[in-house]
Amino acid sequence: MGIENLWMGFHIAITPFNLWMAVIGILLGTIIGVLPGLGGANGVAILLPVTFTMPPTSAIILLTSIYWGALFGGAITSILFNIPGEPWSVATTFDGYPMARSGRGGQALTGAFSSSFIGAFFSIVLITLFAPLLAEIALRFGPPEIFAIQLLTFSSFVGLGGGNPLKSVVSIMIGFILAAVGLDIVTGQLRLTFGFTELMRGFDFIIAVIGLFGIGEILLSVEEGLSFQGTRTGMNLRVVLDTWKVLPRYWRTFIRSSFIGFWMGFKPGGATPASFMSYAFAKRFSKNADKFGKGELEGVVAPETAAHAAGIAAMLPMMTLGIPGSPTAAVMLGGLIIWGLQPGPLLFKEKPDFVWGLIASMYTGNVIGVLMVLAFVPLFAAILRIPFAILTPLIVVVCAIGSYAVHNSMLDIWYMLIFGVVGYAFKKLDYPLAPFVLALVLGDMAENALRQSLIMSQGTLTIFLTRPIAGVITAAAIFFFIMPIITPWWRRLRGGPPAGAPVINHG
Amino acid sequence: MRTADIVTASLLMLLGGLVLFDAVRLGFGWGPDGPQSGFFPAWLAIIMIGTCGAILVQAVWNASDKPFVNREQLRSVLAVLWPAVVAVALMHFLGLYVASALYMAFYMRWVGHHSWPIVVVISLGIPIACFVIFELWFLVPMPKGPLEEWLGY
Repeated sequence: MGIENLWMGFHIAITPFNLWMAVIGILLGTIIGVLPGLGGANGVAILLPVTFTMPPTSAIILLTSIYWGALFGGAITSILFNIPGEPWSVATTFDGYPMARSGRGGQALTGAFSSSFIGAFFSIVLITLFAPLLAEIALRFGPPEIFAIQLLTFSSFVGLGGGNPLKSVVSIMIGFILAAVGLDIVTGQLRLTFGFTELMRGFDFIIAVIGLFGIGEILLSVEEGLSFQGTRTGMNLRVVLDTWKVLPRYWRTFIRSSFIGFWMGFKPGGATPASFMSYAFAKRFSKNADKFGKGELEGVVAPETAAHAAGIAAMLPMMTLGIPGSPTAAVMLGGLIIWGLQPGPLLFKEKPDFVWGLIASMYTGNVIGVLMVLAFVPLFAAILRIPFAILTPLIVVVCAIGSYAVHNSMLDIWYMLIFGVVGYAFKKLDYPLAPFVLALVLGDMAENALRQSLIMSQGTLTIFLTRPIAGVITAAAIFFFIMPIITPWWRRLRGGPPAGAPVINHG
Repeated sequence: MRTADIVTASLLMLLGGLVLFDAVRLGFGWGPDGPQSGFFPAWLAIIMIGTCGAILVQAVWNASDKPFVNREQLRSVLAVLWPAVVAVALMHFLGLYVASALYMAFYMRWVGHHSWPIVVVISLGIPIACFVIFELWFLVPMPKGPLEEWLGY
């Protein structure tokens, strides 16, 4: 049954017009992904009007291909510029950028693209096989389960992130506080605006990301007296083939990260926590844990595999339940309605050609994508050879454009500069930036889940422990939160060396 | 480093106090239909103040005496920062594209000491390319000034 449907889908996806749509989508998506601030969601939204006259299947293939392209493109800026084009490629910068700096940019890019492809492929196979089953599990998730999962994500920063756990907690709190600024959609009250109308619409995480990682990183780089002027990466077929020879060594990381990516990915906002969790786990289990953050290929492989697996998995609830798993999926859902399709479970019965054409196009789109980005890698590597004094103002200008484009607001450009200075100071003082951004993204969702759970339980927190699924997840989260406290004790009990916890900068 | 750590933690504690103050105003208890608006912020503020207190203690006890930033570093950071601030201020009056062109030209000439032909070509070429990509291709409007108005955009 499944095989027949997939076969039918391939017949639709492999028509010349649809293949051409995939090529154009990937090319545009990669460019969009490379430009910071103009991410997948923006790019899909801008190109949505172009698709109105197309047949729905070709339209969704174009839009999803932009999305795959943006996923690939995010890795390019993360590695070459240390600017994550998307929040889920933040974790790729930790090791990707040091690799590019030490002249192994080609290896990092090949590793990133290949892992993206493997993560994506894993997710597509799972979508094809288990879509109905997994949708049923996710349907049973209530607010307590959603909040428990968020708790688990943040606890992994504190417990597994390395560095100062107290500062990780503070970073998470600042992110949540900034997310709370503005209108409270539940009660309709204004919060933390102190009478300033400019603060009413709150802080957008895209601005924060551009400022903290874009501007902040430029300030840090000039302070260190290091220029962006890169060494020749020597990117060619040989580097690609040599990297491919090394990659099978990380098969455990591939499997672990693919599972994390898929599991986190079909819930809203999943790709970003998935990439961070995957990075944290890879570091925990790696033999080269001390090399993480300094340019370890495994540190690129882990988040890229998970991010792309999660990015694909985000399509699953959109297709089966009509619930978007990511902002980009939300924009596509809007497209579905405009094309006259009713998203939800009925889509599988009423429009099997659309659904299976989309699933088959995920296979073709990602094969085309990985071949295209690998072929164009010398072009991207050339960006590294641009002199520093040209690149610095160029990045500032592109960051300003990206910040402005989000809400058409000059104030956002000022916020971006302020976030840049904050990012510079925080990074020097070892406050991790990643949990800060993540808390800002997930703030409203976490608060709503907490509120609804408390309403369900009449105000007692035990609801997170008594419901079976939420209970297991909460218990794991509590374990990670107290890990920095129990680890020194545990070491002492075993008579091991004193706790010289490696200080790894997470942001 | 110690001073910077103490100052940052104290500032963040103040921020926490501000949030707590607002949360008390909104009410942080149990309203007629569940937790009140201030409920979540109040707990965030309390956790933040507590954690910052612990960081303060930590910083006083065992922070390194390495300076946060030396004179040379500060100068190169400011060299990037102040032209960017001036450029953003100019965007209010001249629009994004003209301000960017001036900013890029200034930075390339003053910091990079690039030759005038390169400076002119790049500082004009990049904003024009951005204009084509964003205004014409992706239809994302950017702040515009007198020049764009004169050209009819």
